[in-house]
Amino acid sequence: MATEFSFPDSAAKAATAEFESEKMSLSMGPSHPSTHGVLRLQMELDGELLTKCDPVIGYLHRGDEKIAENMTYNQFVPYTDRLDYIAPLANNMAYAIAVERLAKLEVPARCQAIRVITAEMARISSHLLGLGAFGIDTGAWTVFMYAFTEREKLYKLFEELTGARFTTSYSRIGGLQRDVPEGWTGRVDAFCDQFLPNLEMILGLLTRNKIFMDRTVGVGVISREDAIAYGVTGPNLRGSGVGLDLRKDKPYSGYEQYEFDVPVGTKGDSYDRYLVRGEEMRQSVRIIKQAIAKFPGGPWYAQDARRIFAPPKDKILTSMEELIQNFMIVTEGPQMPAGEVYFEAENPKGALGFYVVSKGGGVPWRLKIRSPSFCNLSILPKLCVGCLISDVVSILGSLDFVMGECDR
Amino acid sequence: MFDFFFNLHPVIQGLLKGLAVILVIFPLAGACSLAERKVSAWMQGRPGPNRAIVPWFAYIPFLGTFLQRLGVFHLMADGAKFLFKEEPVPGHVNKLYFVLAPALAMMPAFTTVTVVPFGAYFDGAGQVIPLALANVDVGLLAVFAVSSLGVYSLILAGWASNSKYPFLGSVRASAQLISYELSMTLSVVPVFLWINAPGTPGTMSLAKAVEFQSLPGFWGGTWFIFLMPLSAAIFLISLFAETNRQPFDMPESEADLVGGFHTEYGAFKWSLFFVAEYSHMLVGSGVFTLLFLGGWNPLPWLPLADFVAWLHSLGGAAFVVHPLFVGVLSIALFLGKVLVLIFIFMWVRWTVPRFRYDQVMKLGWQKLLPLAIANLIFYALAIAFIQK
Repeated sequence: MATEFSFPDSAAKAATAEFESEKMSLSMGPSHPSTHGVLRLQMELDGELLTKCDPVIGYLHRGDEKIAENMTYNQFVPYTDRLDYIAPLANNMAYAIAVERLAKLEVPARCQAIRVITAEMARISSHLLGLGAFGIDTGAWTVFMYAFTEREKLYKLFEELTGARFTTSYSRIGGLQRDVPEGWTGRVDAFCDQFLPNLEMILGLLTRNKIFMDRTVGVGVISREDAIAYGVTGPNLRGSGVGLDLRKDKPYSGYEQYEFDVPVGTKGDSYDRYLVRGEEMRQSVRIIKQAIAKFPGGPWYAQDARRIFAPPKDKILTSMEELIQNFMIVTEGPQMPAGEVYFEAENPKGALGFYVVSKGGGVPWRLKIRSPSFCNLSILPKLCVGCLISDVVSILGSLDFVMGECDR
Repeated sequence: MFDFFFNLHPVIQGLLKGLAVILVIFPLAGACSLAERKVSAWMQGRPGPNRAIVPWFAYIPFLGTFLQRLGVFHLMADGAKFLFKEEPVPGHVNKLYFVLAPALAMMPAFTTVTVVPFGAYFDGAGQVIPLALANVDVGLLAVFAVSSLGVYSLILAGWASNSKYPFLGSVRASAQLISYELSMTLSVVPVFLWINAPGTPGTMSLAKAVEFQSLPGFWGGTWFIFLMPLSAAIFLISLFAETNRQPFDMPESEADLVGGFHTEYGAFKWSLFFVAEYSHMLVGSGVFTLLFLGGWNPLPWLPLADFVAWLHSLGGAAFVVHPLFVGVLSIALFLGKVLVLIFIFMWVRWTVPRFRYDQVMKLGWQKLLPLAIANLIFYALAIAFIQK
């Protein structure tokens, strides 16, 4: 930092001017290996030290909220895939629950359990990517590859369940796209069993690694107060020592039935955020295993919601009334009462909120998305000042954001 | 044939030797790049490069597929790609320096190779004759002096690119290389203190260091890595830093500086930097092998001469004492050790994260340099005490 000296005459001041270091402006991104998508940081550097950091966002803005006003509720489900595209299943669920709350609709226990399992699998998948990307940012490539090996197994399961590896679009208002395939839960259970030792191996490469600790301990410290003031949520908030987890505090989709711990950090630095994510993966495995152990039978969609969820295909083709129902839901959308609702789900990146205003009918009048990545990134200008360029990279890695969700 | 070579004009001899260096180092560096890809793949549970194949090779029943899976053709494909790729020069660069930098990077890499002995054979009198293109008596000094010129190419590349990321990369590179040269040089001084007894004509020759490690007797036959483990450790760590390898690859730390000093480079010019980096690694590993790992001696306390005599006693075959066989054997032993070291370079690179720039500097100046000085003083005193 440049120091201010006071000199009696201007000539002396001019003489010192040449010793004052000149600031350099450096634009990091939007196409940069470590800005995780299209984030751009406009930085002001004094040597390698940051004196200013302005995040420039919006390169991936697609107007999702406006798009939502022009289509039926179910048609918007694929757009939620593209919010946090690392964990589409969790987004699908959050959106579906928000709209179901609007309709005051309860989905059956089996549907809830499937949603919990898929959301927790999405959490593992998202945290694995976050971990791997963090590894690359600090120079540990192998961690990334190991994490992706595990993610690949998850993707295989997603594909089997939803027909798509990446953009799953699994939820429907009042239910799901389809029931789980035969033996799928057993395969998820088997995945969980083999995943835990592999996770220990992956984390073992970093957790007590001296270089990794040098790079992360004490870097990018978010204080408890700052975290709350900036609206930071998710693992980043818990890394700062605030034990807020919506799955515990405002349970939805039957999360209250499962036993799991909410890990919190102590210092709020990059290393704590890394540890919290590692532990959350273990807790997710715990939840999945519990959900599979007491996997409920029964219907997998809300059968009584005849104006919201389309009846099964074999009925549509054989009975007149079901055919009309299906036609109405497909053309006019699931019929919602007038009203408004705000629902937040604990997504891998933080609290993903949907604010839906309905004036009745099958199309939302207004839909607002509260994206965790956007709020988490808002703290960057404060976090990065005084850091080195390499620290910025490790801070970005530890914040684990997705620009698809931030820019919407 | 040898006589014909030695009867040639010295200039032509020199040219042929230079050509030999290029012909050996380029494929070796290429092979290292392939090994890097393969080793990293195996460490990360991937198959690695295994697709490229020369058209007719696919018809060779077993060997063809094996070589394809091994990825050896990627080596040629890479080389051909670098040669024939379009070479755009960005509009904002200083063209002369931009082109000069990669050429300058190659020069120290090639020059240092000439003074590194890579094998030995025995002449009629049982005298050890080291194999080197130029077996100069200043050996190690020449290596250090020339290889430290490599930093100029990095500075020049960053400066000529006229762009911010390369500039930051080259600033880091110059600071880092200069810092670690100190501890590197200091770490090998004890070795030569040990070799050069007071009162005798001194030498910095690398071949002499190997010769010393092949002497009979406990102190003579032992490798210097056992005698001076700290020196070896400091030298190896500095070597990592000097060759810009992970965890010290500040100049091109791709996470924050995109490509570091070679961000603006492409095609053949980039590959020259690449080859230069691997040549530095090869030469560095070679020097480490010569100084600390007994050069071409097969095992500690087992010099090459004893090994050859043992081989001879086994079957009594006459060819094992032939200079040509001994020469090839010694080169194989030396190269084997160098390749093990190269593997360690890769092993480390694909295992550990990267330091931050200021941590690299701190490690160099606050830990390694004092340690190297303390190490030097300790061995100076110890040697003075022993030799008294």
